[in-house]
Amino acid sequence: MDEHRTAGPAPAEVAGDDRILHELVTHLRNERPALRQEWARRITDASLLSVMTQSEVFSEVTAAYDNYVSALETGSVETLQTYARDLSERIIPRGVDTDEVLGIVLLLRDVLARSLFVRYQDDREMLDRVLDAYEPAANRIAVTVGVSFVQERERVIREQQVAIQELSTPVLQVRERLLILPIIGMLDSDRARQLTEQLLGAIQSHRARVVVIDITGVATIDVTVANHLVQTVEASRLMGASAIITGLSSRIAQTLVDLGVDLSMMRTVGDLQGGLEEAERLLGHRPAEAEDVAREPVGG
Amino acid sequence: MRVAVLRQGDYLIASIQSDLTDSEVVALRELLLERVGRFRCRGVIVDVAALDVIDSFVARALASIATTARLRGADTVVVGIRPDVAIAMVHFDIDLHPLRAALDLDEGLAALDTLTGGSRDAR
Amino acid sequence: MPDEVRVSIASDADLVPARAEARALATELGFTRTDATLIATAVSEIARNIVVHVGVGEIRMSPMLEDQRRGLRVVAVDEGPGIRDIEQALEHGVTSHRGLGLGLSGARRLMDDFEIRTLTPGGTTIAMTKWRVLDELERLREDRRRDVRTDDGRR
Repeated sequence: MDEHRTAGPAPAEVAGDDRILHELVTHLRNERPALRQEWARRITDASLLSVMTQSEVFSEVTAAYDNYVSALETGSVETLQTYARDLSERIIPRGVDTDEVLGIVLLLRDVLARSLFVRYQDDREMLDRVLDAYEPAANRIAVTVGVSFVQERERVIREQQVAIQELSTPVLQVRERLLILPIIGMLDSDRARQLTEQLLGAIQSHRARVVVIDITGVATIDVTVANHLVQTVEASRLMGASAIITGLSSRIAQTLVDLGVDLSMMRTVGDLQGGLEEAERLLGHRPAEAEDVAREPVGG
Repeated sequence: MRVAVLRQGDYLIASIQSDLTDSEVVALRELLLERVGRFRCRGVIVDVAALDVIDSFVARALASIATTARLRGADTVVVGIRPDVAIAMVHFDIDLHPLRAALDLDEGLAALDTLTGGSRDAR
Repeated sequence: MPDEVRVSIASDADLVPARAEARALATELGFTRTDATLIATAVSEIARNIVVHVGVGEIRMSPMLEDQRRGLRVVAVDEGPGIRDIEQALEHGVTSHRGLGLGLSGARRLMDDFEIRTLTPGGTTIAMTKWRVLDELERLREDRRRDVRTDDGRR
């Protein structure tokens, strides 16, 4: 969501700069073998990317070098962004951290800058102009790579957070078309919403026709919780699945009804065992009379 | 075409292809009810999988299709309601129970078979 | 991110872009897919309310950026005769003479904050907001930004 824009003119805005940039890029391409090697050596010397083998480092270095020079040439960082995200996706699971990624990018910046110094050291004026063309572009590249890496890391972290949340309340598939959602602990609005989303997603991916929601383990069942359950049952119905609530004692059910919660559309069974039997019946695993079937609207 | 309506045996299958304006929803309702009457259909499937918003107007229209089709001898099943859309729909203050729902076209046809005692293979 | 997105409402065809803009802005603000759908649905309701009861109006959507939370504020403006009895309009199951229902009670349940201001006969403004709490990563970043600002202030 955050976009980073570097202040200052884009590289090669002026016609004269165009020539300079072109010369600079040509130089970097010509010197590719040597500079790439130099960069790889300095990466190893600085003990960066230690999780990767030499040949892995070399092949990354090659791809990165080419992307870097290309970004310098075109002034566009899009391809570089794609490469950076792709690289991040590969190295993050291997434990490479932000400081390493920034480190290697800055090393390349340094290697290339020094090479420019060496080439133009006898022409001070030219050197200045070349550096003027190079530096803003090189800075922008470093920032792009760093930001891409961080964004990728954050995306991974968020994914993990969701996975952890879902683990705390697994939706279990016990047989075809039948899911069980055992809820344990406090059920506040946030958790209820997350559970509903999780359940509906599971109904979709498992093509469930019946879900058994067991609330035996829910600490407090009040009007708010009951209303969330009613909504979840109804939403499941809209996705073609009948829901059975188990673990709701008739005493509590009566209290809820007295408090104005409409439980009329909810199938409730005292215990999980009974709920599963009812589920089997709904799924038609016991031969049903045609009359019975007509009385049970599928998905209702 | 925004909605494709096909006959399959005794059933009518309406596939909504994209977001519909209110007028188009009303027109669809009229079309379906007319066809149910004309061809004496016993079942109607309305596939809403392409809709990423179903608001109270559309929900009410679907319920109305179901109720009126029933009067003409046809059961209606709505298929393809997405999870996020389902959650939105339960916030409305409408009685959605006339609406029968199934996950997708296959499930919908199976549900109709059960309801009408017929078979989708009837041609 | 834009400061405000406006969609003019003049016919039922305008509900489609109104929903789409609402969803796009909600997604940009980091709302979940479900919340984005709730917001788009609520926008659809109040946009329809404009079409059915007044004919012409506008939907204005703007991001609300606060330290601990993000929000999407939606305002529906029309210049019609106004809703004479707001409570009745929000009452369950009330239908207009066209039998379509006002849909406003639905919009209210879908959103977090909901307010109707009517200036009979000057028109009606409906303002509603949905909020989401920043997740841990976002809060960390906000904290760091706040620290930097404080440091700068002290310097």
